[in-house]
This record gives sequence, C-alpha cells and structure tokens, in this order.
Amino acid sequence: MSSVDRGPVASGAAAAPQELEQVCILFSGDSGDGMQLTGTQFSATSAVFGNDVSTLPDFPAEIRAPAGSLGGVSAFQLSFASHELHTPGDAVQVLVAMNPAALKVYLPRLAAGGILIANSDAFTAGNLKKADYATNPLEDPELSQRVRVYAVPMTTLTMNALAEVALDRRAKERCKNFFTLGLLYWLYSRPMESTREWIRQKFARVPAVQQANALTLEAGYHYGETAGALDVHFQVPRARTAPGTYRIINGNQALALGLATAARLAGKPLVYSSYPITPASDVLQDLARLRHLDVRTLQLEDEIASMGSTIGAAFGGALAVTGTSGPGVCLKSEAINLAVMLELPMVIINVQRGGPSTGLPTKTEQADLLQALFGRNGESPLPVLAPRSPADCFDTVIEAFRIAVRHMTPVFLLSESFLANSAEPWRVPQVGELASMEVHHPTEADGFQPYGRDPQTLARPWAIPGTPRLEHCLGGLEKADLTGQVSYDPDNHERMCRLRAEKIERVADYLPDAAVAGPAAGELLVVSWGGSYGAVLTAVEQLQAQGKSVAHLHLRHLNPFPRNLGELLGAYRKVVVAELNFGQLAWVLRARYLRDVQSFSKVKGKPFMVAEIVDACQELLS
Amino acid sequence: MTDMTPTAPLTRKDFVSDQDVRWCPGCGDFAILAQMQKVLPELGIPRERIVFISGIGCSSRFPYYVNTYGIHSVHGRAPTLATGLKCARPDLQVWVVTGDGDGLAIGGNHLLHALRRNVGINILLFNNRIYGLTKGQYSPTSELGQRTKSSPDGSIENPVNPIGVAIGAEASFIARTVDVFQAHMHDVLRRAAEHSGGALVEIAQNCIIFNDRAWQHLTDPDARREHVLYLEHGKPMRFGKKLEKGIRLNGVTPQVVDVSEAGEENLLVHDEHAAEPTLAYLLSRMGPPRFPTPVGVFRAVEKPVFERLLMAQLEEAQRRSPPDLDALYRQGETWVVEEEGER
Repeated sequence: MSSVDRGPVASGAAAAPQELEQVCILFSGDSGDGMQLTGTQFSATSAVFGNDVSTLPDFPAEIRAPAGSLGGVSAFQLSFASHELHTPGDAVQVLVAMNPAALKVYLPRLAAGGILIANSDAFTAGNLKKADYATNPLEDPELSQRVRVYAVPMTTLTMNALAEVALDRRAKERCKNFFTLGLLYWLYSRPMESTREWIRQKFARVPAVQQANALTLEAGYHYGETAGALDVHFQVPRARTAPGTYRIINGNQALALGLATAARLAGKPLVYSSYPITPASDVLQDLARLRHLDVRTLQLEDEIASMGSTIGAAFGGALAVTGTSGPGVCLKSEAINLAVMLELPMVIINVQRGGPSTGLPTKTEQADLLQALFGRNGESPLPVLAPRSPADCFDTVIEAFRIAVRHMTPVFLLSESFLANSAEPWRVPQVGELASMEVHHPTEADGFQPYGRDPQTLARPWAIPGTPRLEHCLGGLEKADLTGQVSYDPDNHERMCRLRAEKIERVADYLPDAAVAGPAAGELLVVSWGGSYGAVLTAVEQLQAQGKSVAHLHLRHLNPFPRNLGELLGAYRKVVVAELNFGQLAWVLRARYLRDVQSFSKVKGKPFMVAEIVDACQELLS
Repeated sequence: MTDMTPTAPLTRKDFVSDQDVRWCPGCGDFAILAQMQKVLPELGIPRERIVFISGIGCSSRFPYYVNTYGIHSVHGRAPTLATGLKCARPDLQVWVVTGDGDGLAIGGNHLLHALRRNVGINILLFNNRIYGLTKGQYSPTSELGQRTKSSPDGSIENPVNPIGVAIGAEASFIARTVDVFQAHMHDVLRRAAEHSGGALVEIAQNCIIFNDRAWQHLTDPDARREHVLYLEHGKPMRFGKKLEKGIRLNGVTPQVVDVSEAGEENLLVHDEHAAEPTLAYLLSRMGPPRFPTPVGVFRAVEKPVFERLLMAQLEEAQRRSPPDLDALYRQGETWVVEEEGER
C-alpha cells in the first residue's frame, strides 16, 4: 500500500484508505455495554494482523453502578502501530461513546480534530440527565467544530440486523458492541476472521447468541463500507518484530505463567496462597486452572493466613508465593517479617493500586515502594523487584524466585494495576530454552548448622522436613549465629541483623550493571521504575530526537540497587525520577547516594502520559 | 546420639531435644510434653517426618523441646503455616501447639478455618484460662468476673468454650483431656494422631503462677472421682466414685440421675461417630455446678480431608491433560513472525 499524504477523503468507502503509523482508540460505554470485550477483540485482531499493540482498560470499582451513570462508565484504551509501542498512548484519536455519560467522562481525552463515534440511540432525555447534560451534546455545533462527530444509531441498526433472529429485545440490544467493533474494523481495514472464530467458539452452546453476534459484527462492517456515513477510512501497516510465536498477554496472565514456569524450572510444586483482592485476583484464578502443572492454589481465610501458608509451604520445600495488593501487604507484614527471620525462600507479589487504605481499588499507583522496603518492625531487609511491562512480569517473577532460592530470602515483586490489566504482544518462549533453577536441600548431617551460611551469598541451608538427622526448630525469636537456637545475647543480635542485611546486599553481586539509554553523561538523567518504563522511554526518545542531552535509566532492582547506580547518577547535571507517588524512589536515591535527585510525581490513579514527562523534562532542561 | 537407622524403634529419648525446658516449675506444660514424647515413638513415624508448629505464648515454646522439625511462628498463625506445609507435604505429620489466647483470641479465625477445611493437622489447645507469657491478663476462656491484672474489678467478658467452637467449625475430631490425667491424655493424643483429618484437643492445663487451681474442679483427687465424666464410645454415660450416677435425656435436656433408680438401659449412650454433632454439643455444655465435666473424645467422624482432596484434584488434572507448559503459553490466539521485518 502506498504511503498517502493527503488529508481525509470525502468520498468515503470508495477511496483508498489513508495510511497511518499509530492510532489510539478509546472505547467507552456503560459497564454493561461490553467495552472491555470490544477493546480486547480489537487488540487481538490488530496484534494478529501484525501491529504492535498496547492496551489499558479503565473500569469502575462498582460491579454494576446504576446504568447510564457517570460512575458506571467503563473504558478500554488501545494503541496500535506500525512501529514499536511502549505505552497505550496519550492523545485519543478516536473516541467511541456508547452513551452520554461515557462522552462526558472521556471527551476531554479526545484530541482536537479527532473522531467521535457515538451511539445516538443512547442519547435519550433520561440518559442525558444522568450525565448532567442539559441538551444533546451531539447536536452542539461547538463540538462539531472541535472534533469530527459521527452519530450512529447503533442500537437501531443492531435491532434491524437481528430482525430475523429468535432472541428477546434485551438480548439483541446486548449485541450492539459487536456492531461497534465491526464498524471500527472497517474504519481501520482490519481482518475480521479472528473475531468471527472467537464468536463461533465462545457461543458454541448458545447458537442464537452466536448467530446474533456474528450478524451484528458483519452489519457494523457493512455499515462503514456501504452507508458512506463515515467519510474517513484508514489503515495501519504491520510493525517490524523479531521472529517467533506471539500472543497478547497482560501483566497478571504473565505473572501466572511465570510462576508456573519458575516451579517447573526448579522441579518443584508451586503453592500459591492468596485472598481475593483487586487487582491481584486474576493471578489466583489463572493459577487455579493449572492443577495439571502441579500448581496448588489455596484461597485462605485472610491475607494473614495466606502469608502464613506461604511460609509453611516454603518450609516444606515447595516454591511458595502469595499475591495481593497494598492493603493485603499491610496485613501480611508481620508474617513477612517472620519469613525474613526464618530465611526461607518465597515471593510476595504486590499488584499495587491507589492508596492509602482501600483507596482506588481499580486504579494504578506506585506508592508501595517504601512499604516494601521498610514496612516491617526491626531491621528487616529483603530484595525488591518491579517488572516494567505486562510481558516483563513473566521474566521478573522467575528472576524473583531465582533470587529467593539462591539467597534464601523472601522477595517482593511490585507490579501495578496498570501492568496487571494492560496488554501487549509477548514473544512466547520454549520452556526448554529457559535456564533451570538450581535448588539445593542438604542431606548430610555432619557439620549441618541451620544458620550456617554459604560463604559467597551468606544464604543458610534449605533443609526440609523428611530429611533424617537435620531436624531443627526455626522461629521468630532472634537466632544464635550458626545453631539457630534462641539467643538474647546483645552481640549476637547485632551480628545477626548485620548478617541478614549483608546477605541482601550481596544479591547485587549477581545483578547486571544498570544501563542508560542515551548519552553516558550529560544534562539530564530520567530515572523510572515499574510500569512507568514505557512512557518515560518514549518521552526521552522524543527529547533525544529534538537533540536534547537526556538519558533514560530504568531500574528493575529496587533493593539492592545495581552496584554501578551511584556512578551513573553522578554523570548527569540533573537527575529526575518520574514515579506515580510523591517521590519515594527519589527519596531513597537521595538518602543512599547524596545526590540532589528531583522528583516528578503523579498520583491520579492513572499512568504517566508521554507529554507530561516531556514537559517536565523540558522545564528541568531550561 | 541415638542410632537412627530407619527401622530402629524409637524411644521417648529420641524426641527429647537438647534445649533446656524453660517453663515455670510446676507448670502443667511439663506433663503434656512428657506425654507427647511418650506417644510419638509409638506412632511408627520417622522423627524427620514430624513437624511441630506453634504461635506465641507459654505453650508455643513446645517445638523447641521436641526433637523433630518445628517452627515457633507468630501469634495466632500456627494453623496457617501448618495448612501451607500440609498442602506442600501431605507426607508429614503436623502438630499445632496453641493456647487459649493464641488459638481463640488473636488466632481464632485461623483455628475456625483450619478445622472447617479439615486439614489433616492435630491442634493441641493448652487452655489455662489466662495470659501467662504477658504475665496475667484475662484470656478468652477466663470466667466472667475473674480478677486478673487487666480486670482488677472482674472480667466483664463471657468466656468461649473451645469444644463448642470446634463443633461450630464442624471439626471431625474433638477431644478434651487434663494435664494431670496422664494415662487419659496418652490415649487422647494417640487417638488424635491416628485420626486422618483435622483434630482439636483441648488440654485443661494449670498455670501455677497466674491462675493456679483454675481446673481444681477436675484435678483435686475427690473432684476427679466425683465430677469427671469419662466419655467412652458405645458406653452408657456413668460417673461418680462408684459410677453410681448417670446422664439421662429428658426431652432434649440432659439430667443427672441415680443409676440404680433410673436403670442403666435408660442412660444416654456415647456415640463419637454420630453424623450430627448434636450429642457432642450437648456434652460440650456440661460442667459445674449442675453437671460433671466430660473428658475424652467428643466427636470422631470421617470427612474428606483437605490436602487429600487437593492431591486428588492434582492427580485428576494430570490424568486429563499432560503437564505441557509450552502448550499453555500458546493457548488462545497466537501468530508467528517468520523472519525479521516480515510476517
């Protein structure tokens, strides 16, 4: 397809589609309008087609807020491109609004000159009132001046398409999201086969629903193709990607697969103990379906119990892990501290959400870093890691277990609501390609000391029940060096505190040096961690393209830090940390390295926009 | 060191650790430890396959004193560690040692759920009706009006009945014994060890320092003869010095009767295996001043055991689908990029 430079063509369907590099669409509607499904299908289709894809669902905490209300709006943002993508996108180019409330909430996100596609049937007097509109905004000339408005009677068109189908009115109405999907498929010249197949499989047991959804999908596509109602038509060519097999994956799915993989690499059963909590519950649910892989999920009575159960399973020699969110970590902290004292290997996953307290359960934040580092009584260090993208959750959780087992320590993994729900293409590995995880359980009684230590790592031996003559009792009381017996000796206590700290510090011996993207020295270093990676990287690349002296440093290891971090921080005139909290990593870096680290923070329950970071950096550079 | 060839029969000494036992002289815990160390070698389970897990409190020092694997964990949470351990390692015999504060106050939730799930662990609840390790505050089993350091004017809380809690949680094995009833405790501990599901044993235990003689209505020699009802499966309920008294049901209300007048055939007969816990509950309500205190096995029923159900699900799933991770990675929609720049 030739690259086309001219503007949107007026003759609609007949003209060749205009070629674009990147598009950001936001599907929005009532919770019951099926926008998550529509977005997921569009993403999968685009990924299979060969675009790079990045998605971000945004849904309310209420399961069913009142229909048509502002609080009940659910949205799914996705970007797809003919080049590599690192974020779900800043400016929305196409807004689909299935009702007035959705329009009200998301219109501010639509770029000037963008496309608004609204289900005009839903703009009834009642729905307008629920969204606090005095008049119908679709008829407002000011709106048409700012964006291109396409009012499509989707409900009516859906009902017409299904006139012959034996379903009641409500069931037919529920199909309208497939009309939307079909229309958008036409608008961006997408193939529909994968969605057709999905409908065939998903509704195999309810043929009437299967038929209705399939018909509605086609009706939406044909509406675009033949009605000429949309005078625009686009295509986004395939992206260049490394060879391999790909699938779409979100962060929680990647965590579940990574956990099952870690257990396989260690030749151990996986014991995942948890208590349902947003946004971590998917990990429990995904793993519960993996009994055939010797995955043992336990849904305990509370967060405390799931931490206790994790310790018990680790003592027994399993790969033990618990998953939760910030409020759950609060409850677990006593038992996490016991795990620090027992020096047993396990992983604690915190899929962070907005806090404090119940906070914003379905929104994203990175404000539990200091909790992970310091939220326990006493001197209680443990390693902390954070994945940088949805697919990276897979690799990070395997690494977390490698550290846990090698260094005999609980390890924190800090994911985020954004990573949990956001999705991207993942190049699927072969299990055989992954390095196995070496696990050693001593069996020799001669010289066995429960708190004897490996000279390199300072890890104590992982002696497990069932091993004759290695019987020993662990406990939360301070341990005597080597023997592990209870000790109240003051010198021993300090020695043990220092040993536990030094053991965690030595994890850094096994970490690669941190690497910057950009010049090795210069004006500004932008530091990120966790899910802010994509936005910061994209922002820095834009600044570099403008010739600015800016480099990007992303930290996966938050405790201990890579050995060369201090040196890197010293090579730039200014250092800024962009994070979704009030400067927690910046605070740690300042304390640790005595550098005047600046903070760029955001605590709105949303990930960074690229433009926000670009602006902040430009201000620092001026 | 004892010769530990696997076939050598174990003795009490094999289960005595090298730690100094640090309970107060005269504490009831000594007798429980001694009885446990006597029972363990009789079970035929290798020492390395036995684990004791405790929480916090005087009783929770127990794991240090038995020469098996053990964890002295945090307050109230021992059943949760035991649950995780048993699911990772169903081959182990796991004992939980707890007290009335550890098990019924801070850890009440975990006790309830461990019993409800019927995890195959044996929970020993040392009930001294006081907080000992924190030096004498009232506990969830302290009596209404009891004067303690934290209730100088008398406790204004109703005590909880551990046996009743276990019945409410539908525990499959529930028993009570007393620290000084050595032979009786031996039999009860053994029964608990041999039970396949979750077991709760309440052990009335004397705290000589902060709540001495709290159980004297059971332990004084006269009282023991007069006021203790020894439960025996299939036997009519008789008690008293010459077993001259018995329990009879009047409607749904138990009565103490003279056996010679009422006739033995009219006495209530104990049934540990009753499907419904009604009888066990009725027994749990008995005690002074109107009734004798029952000791022994209140309830012993077979129910599906948690970790066995888990293992059965694992086996069934593994029978149905091969443990193929590569296939799992590729579930759902995948696409192949053949070589750089094309697809």
